[in-house]
Amino acid sequence: MKRITLPLTDEQISTLKAGDSVLLTGTMITGRDAAHKRLFELCEKGEELPVDIKGETIYYVGPAPAKPGYAVGPAGPTSSYRMDKYAPTLLDLGLKGMVGKGARNSEVIDAIVRNHAVYFAAIGGAAALIAKSIKKTEPICYEDLGTESVRRYYVEDFPCVVAIDAEGNNVYSY
Amino acid sequence: MSFRKIKAETVTETVRKLFMDCNYYIGDDIMNALKSARETEQSEVGKSVLSQIIENDEIAAAEEIPLCQDTGMAVLFVEYGDKVCIDGDFEQAVQEGVRRAYDEGYLRKSVVDDPVFDRVNTKDNTPAIIHTKIVKGDKIKITAGGKGFGSENMSAVKMLTPSYGVEGVKQFILDTVRAAGPNPCPPIVVGVGIGGTFERCAQLAKKATFRRIDTHNPDERYASLEDELLAEINKMGFGPAGLGGNTSALAVNIETSPTHIAGMPVAVNICCHAARHKSAEI
Repeated sequence: MKRITLPLTDEQISTLKAGDSVLLTGTMITGRDAAHKRLFELCEKGEELPVDIKGETIYYVGPAPAKPGYAVGPAGPTSSYRMDKYAPTLLDLGLKGMVGKGARNSEVIDAIVRNHAVYFAAIGGAAALIAKSIKKTEPICYEDLGTESVRRYYVEDFPCVVAIDAEGNNVYSY
Repeated sequence: MSFRKIKAETVTETVRKLFMDCNYYIGDDIMNALKSARETEQSEVGKSVLSQIIENDEIAAAEEIPLCQDTGMAVLFVEYGDKVCIDGDFEQAVQEGVRRAYDEGYLRKSVVDDPVFDRVNTKDNTPAIIHTKIVKGDKIKITAGGKGFGSENMSAVKMLTPSYGVEGVKQFILDTVRAAGPNPCPPIVVGVGIGGTFERCAQLAKKATFRRIDTHNPDERYASLEDELLAEINKMGFGPAGLGGNTSALAVNIETSPTHIAGMPVAVNICCHAARHKSAEI
């Protein structure tokens, strides 16, 4: 099990191979369908984004509400392919890591290789367990989107697997 | 003719409890299947994923928190006795139960009002999808489940025609599961509806995902088809979380209905390993 600190460095990304089990510690941002649509539309218009994604890792998640006493509600990954339309643009702008679940299309894999980035898979449906590794969250933007808003997560030993590495090796090829 | 009076509030409270319970406590049939799969899974990663899913489901039950953040769109199958009289509006009573469960139970509100243009969250997870069947008697039986959309999106309906035969049915089911691949949170539960009309077979497929997975179709021809398809799916190699292995599905449940002389519709409703449903009788 490899321990990785966020934000990711190019050197760290080079050591990651598809299939590696890793534990992530540090900060990541969150965003899923609705936030991606807004960020993408701003990119298309050439406008500034409300969050600096350069060097960031983004987690595709829409958590359940937190019970009192919890930092976050259950927060497992959502299906990544729905972000495939937007991901290459964000990668070209400097996004380095993505965390989600399931396969990506060839445009995303090409953009991962082109930008020396990485895609991690977390276990879908292990939301209560994964939430134990999320220690703190704070809002960044799009709070009107509720569970789909963009937040910053501080994670410790967040469990996932390298699904697509910077060379384009893909764990989802059977 | 005498009617049994049931308070609308009783319906609301029953629905509230069903949705909270199904999101916190995975069924013992699913838990047993996950544990036996951990014994037979050949991939080390697959075993580890199954252990983490089991641990996740134990945490959710112990702490009474949702086992998945996608607490689903609320779906109910209601068998409504023809001797029941509600002191109010049954539909509203059910929707109020859903509203309370998702609010008081810290469940995620995942429903948007307009599907194409506005997509604004209704903020209380209503409206629920309610399938009502009038039956004889003075009771109301409700089976409720939260259906996550990671797997719902991987489902499909096809209007097969009679000459396709059982081979055509098998091929469509396996093609749908293969196309879904790692996306619907395997190990999955595959609900299949065969027969009826376009909409009836889809409804049957949903109903099949709400059936316990330690049961078989009572017709032994369909029961053996369930076993055969499960074995085929588990050869596909997706494995737990799609990270490889021989546990891609926990069960295939088939439900059937009479159909038209020209038709053989088939619906495949895929459900993730968090196959959540609970039943109650009022």
